Amino acid sequence: MTIAQQPEALNFECETGNYHTFCPISCVAWLYQKIEDSFFLVIGTKTCGYFLQNAMGVMIFAEPRYAMAELEEGDISAQLNDYEELKRLCLQIKRDRNPSVIVWIGTCTTEIIKTDLEGLAPKLESEIGIPIVVARANGLDYAFTQGEDTVLAAMANRCPDKAPAAETETDKNERNAIQKLLNFGKKKEEVVQDESEYVDHPPLVLFGSLPDPVVTQLTLELKKQGIRVSGWLPAKRFTELPVIEEGYYVAGVNPFLSRTATTLMRRRKCKLIGAPFPIGPDGTRAWIEKICSVFGITPQGLDEREAQIWESIEDYVKLIRGKSVFFMGDNLLEISQARFLVRCGMTVHEIGIPYMDKRYQAAELALLEKTCHEMGVPLPKIVEKPDNYNQLQRIYELKPDLVITGMAHANPLEARGINTKWSVEFTFAQIHGFTNARDILELVTRPLRRNNNLKDLGWDKLVREEAKI
Amino acid sequence: MKLAYWMYAGPAHIGTLRIASSFKNVHAIMHAPLGDDYFNVMRSMLSRERNFTPVTTSVVDRNVLARGSQEKVVDNITRKDAEEHPDLIVLTPTCTSSILQEDLHNFVERAQLEAKGDVMLADVNHYRFNELQAADRTLHQIVQYYIEKARKKGELPEGKTAKPSVNIIGNSTLGFHNQHDCTELKRLMADLGIEVNTIIPEGAAVHDLKKLPQAWFNLVPYRELGLTTASYLEEQFGTPYVDITPMGVVETARCIRKIQQVINAQGAEVDYEDFINEQTLHVSQAAWFSRSIDCQNLTGKKAVVFGDNTHAAAITKILAREMGIHVVWAGTYCKYDADWFREQVSEYCDEVLITDDHGEIGDAIARVEPSAIFGTQMERHVGKRLDIPCGVIASPIHVQNFPIGYKPFLGYEGTNQITDLIYNSFTLGMEDHLLEIFGGHDTKEVITKGISAESDLNWTKDGQAELNKIPGFVRGKVKRNTEKFARERGIKEINAEVLYAAKEAVGA
Repeated sequence: MTIAQQPEALNFECETGNYHTFCPISCVAWLYQKIEDSFFLVIGTKTCGYFLQNAMGVMIFAEPRYAMAELEEGDISAQLNDYEELKRLCLQIKRDRNPSVIVWIGTCTTEIIKTDLEGLAPKLESEIGIPIVVARANGLDYAFTQGEDTVLAAMANRCPDKAPAAETETDKNERNAIQKLLNFGKKKEEVVQDESEYVDHPPLVLFGSLPDPVVTQLTLELKKQGIRVSGWLPAKRFTELPVIEEGYYVAGVNPFLSRTATTLMRRRKCKLIGAPFPIGPDGTRAWIEKICSVFGITPQGLDEREAQIWESIEDYVKLIRGKSVFFMGDNLLEISQARFLVRCGMTVHEIGIPYMDKRYQAAELALLEKTCHEMGVPLPKIVEKPDNYNQLQRIYELKPDLVITGMAHANPLEARGINTKWSVEFTFAQIHGFTNARDILELVTRPLRRNNNLKDLGWDKLVREEAKI
Repeated sequence: MKLAYWMYAGPAHIGTLRIASSFKNVHAIMHAPLGDDYFNVMRSMLSRERNFTPVTTSVVDRNVLARGSQEKVVDNITRKDAEEHPDLIVLTPTCTSSILQEDLHNFVERAQLEAKGDVMLADVNHYRFNELQAADRTLHQIVQYYIEKARKKGELPEGKTAKPSVNIIGNSTLGFHNQHDCTELKRLMADLGIEVNTIIPEGAAVHDLKKLPQAWFNLVPYRELGLTTASYLEEQFGTPYVDITPMGVVETARCIRKIQQVINAQGAEVDYEDFINEQTLHVSQAAWFSRSIDCQNLTGKKAVVFGDNTHAAAITKILAREMGIHVVWAGTYCKYDADWFREQVSEYCDEVLITDDHGEIGDAIARVEPSAIFGTQMERHVGKRLDIPCGVIASPIHVQNFPIGYKPFLGYEGTNQITDLIYNSFTLGMEDHLLEIFGGHDTKEVITKGISAESDLNWTKDGQAELNKIPGFVRGKVKRNTEKFARERGIKEINAEVLYAAKEAVGA
């Protein structure tokens, strides 16, 4: 294809929205693990419970800090008083688990019967003495990872708005008394030393739930540039939610957090740093550069760092260079992933995505466009609310080397000789920062490596050709 | 409202979808919000289906809430009809559509005007039925629809087949070992000289349903699925049915004797006694196993059983009657059919437990401390926690319960499989117990591979903290690699940054 044939700008389309994705209530699976003192109560039906039970697999057996408040016929027809019912269950949870916060997840059913969860929560909260955060993560409005967005947007309103005064400091000290004993005399020294490593800049809070090791990695990455991360939304514990004052800077680490970003800007009066997301070495570098530029810092050593990472993943990049990929779309990570894979030398046919916030993802989209131009590949088509049936027809026609898709389609496509990678794995794997670039490619190249192992067996197509009527 | 962590039977629409997708060329359209099509994932993953699951969603979103589905459902039905030409489209209500109370009947009628295939609305209420009841109802509904359709057109075949023949009713997709059971039943019928007229729903075409009345009798192997259909066929055509599950030696014989009686009443003149004798004594190993000293060692050992009606009842009888094992309690989660279960097992166990609360079952297991558990995946995990072995005998199940190898639970080969399952559960328990008494295996734990425990390197507090976050089973390796990395570069102190730098360097 010659350059002249390339479309000038990204091409956005919108289909019917008949696609497969996880219900957004699945966010409880990773959020209850992230926020260690939380309890998630999903107020819904057997359908929701069945989904969680099956989607979470073995986690369900590990006494998770989540449960269903299963609605029965009496709840639907309002023969039972929802306030009393919720109070009974929440007291039971308080007694058995004593969490620092109970998160109510509103579902399709509570939407339709119009249960006023936001109204009930403050009343019940003052009665039972445990904060209750309400997130409406339902399948009527949202897809998969957007569930986290609704929870974090609700949490953003719970962040303290004043830097801790002296008395909170004592509180904290009391909590850490034992730790302090262990570091006797050392603590103060470290703090003083730390201060000197940072540039003087307005406070920065990052938002997005990531595994703790990745939080440490990204925090250290910014520290190298002299940038201090004042806090993360969410923190490890609900009681440690970061302070957010008017005028703080915030930056997102995941592409599906547009509501959280909006809440932080509008309700908490923060300044949003719109950057590409730190997925892939190119994304991580662009993310750091953008943050640096906002604070007027000249980034140090990023060139070498990025080059080093690219060098260390070259064995994997070699496997996918020149190959093509098709994203069916289900978790909103698609744009960033596609951008990274283009940089790796792949061609992207189509980026399916459940929902496209062009403002929140603006920097990421610009980087995608730039990357395509620089790599000399055609700009992909971005299909919002895709139609899986139509996509399958396009896949048959295009014969991509790799389809990134949900589990409903993976096995049937494999049986038809088309390589697939389950998209859900990208949500749970560690994919952020320089350090984890290899993990993304580990996933992406797995089907191709599998093929190299099996290539001479002639077992590509394993479905019988049936006569089409 | 009910606080729930785990459920044994799924919601009603799952039952309907299991029936619809078992048939060939039948498509189900769910009236549901985005994300409710999790059934497709389960079918694709658990039973490793090579074909796309014929289930799509007519998505309920904000617009539908505000203005109703309007043309959407009808459009989706006619679209699917044109794309895939299914024989039948089953519109499937969910919990969401139950409370929206849209006139789905009307949508079906309108879609039927345009669609070339048949269109029907599954008659299941989310709040009244569970997965199993809904599956049973949907199967009946589809059979009735096609019988009546054939009758109206005058296409119902007259009379019975020339030779004795059977319809096997109840094998379905995502059913526990159903595919293997189906093969075993076909083999058993062949051995008995009985033709298989049809098998429904798995693999059947809806056009074959009109052939159902030609069979001499119906065989319903599972209590949960197919009885309503069998009694409908009895009422319409006088076709008798056999509902004895051929699971275990005694029950298989009972099932075969009943079949003999049913077809002899229609003039078949068969005698299966020699066959039963030969199979019992020489083909199935289960009867011989009961006599062997292996089984003697199991005498009086305590077991508990929990599952669906079919499997829990059959396994209880096998344990007590065929192996001399002491079943302390047997339980089922089929609360709606509890009387049948009680009647089946009460003479074979001390106590009957009817509940769908996994907490109660866990407590009951802990209370009696059995030597082995026979239950679902949930009981397997209770067993893990309590260190008691568990054989999985019923849904809910995981992917390992969809074995590729031939593992029926029914018929004579089924008795062999069950014997292995039971015996292996108990011996593993014994072995564990003996090991504990004698202080474990005589092996040493391998901790390091040639790196001296002495280390000249310092781990800073944050480095150590980061290291501790790494899962235990790879921590040793990460520690070694990091120290190697540090040594090579002359780094004396290992902090979190060094740890991750090392990770990048080795690309792990």
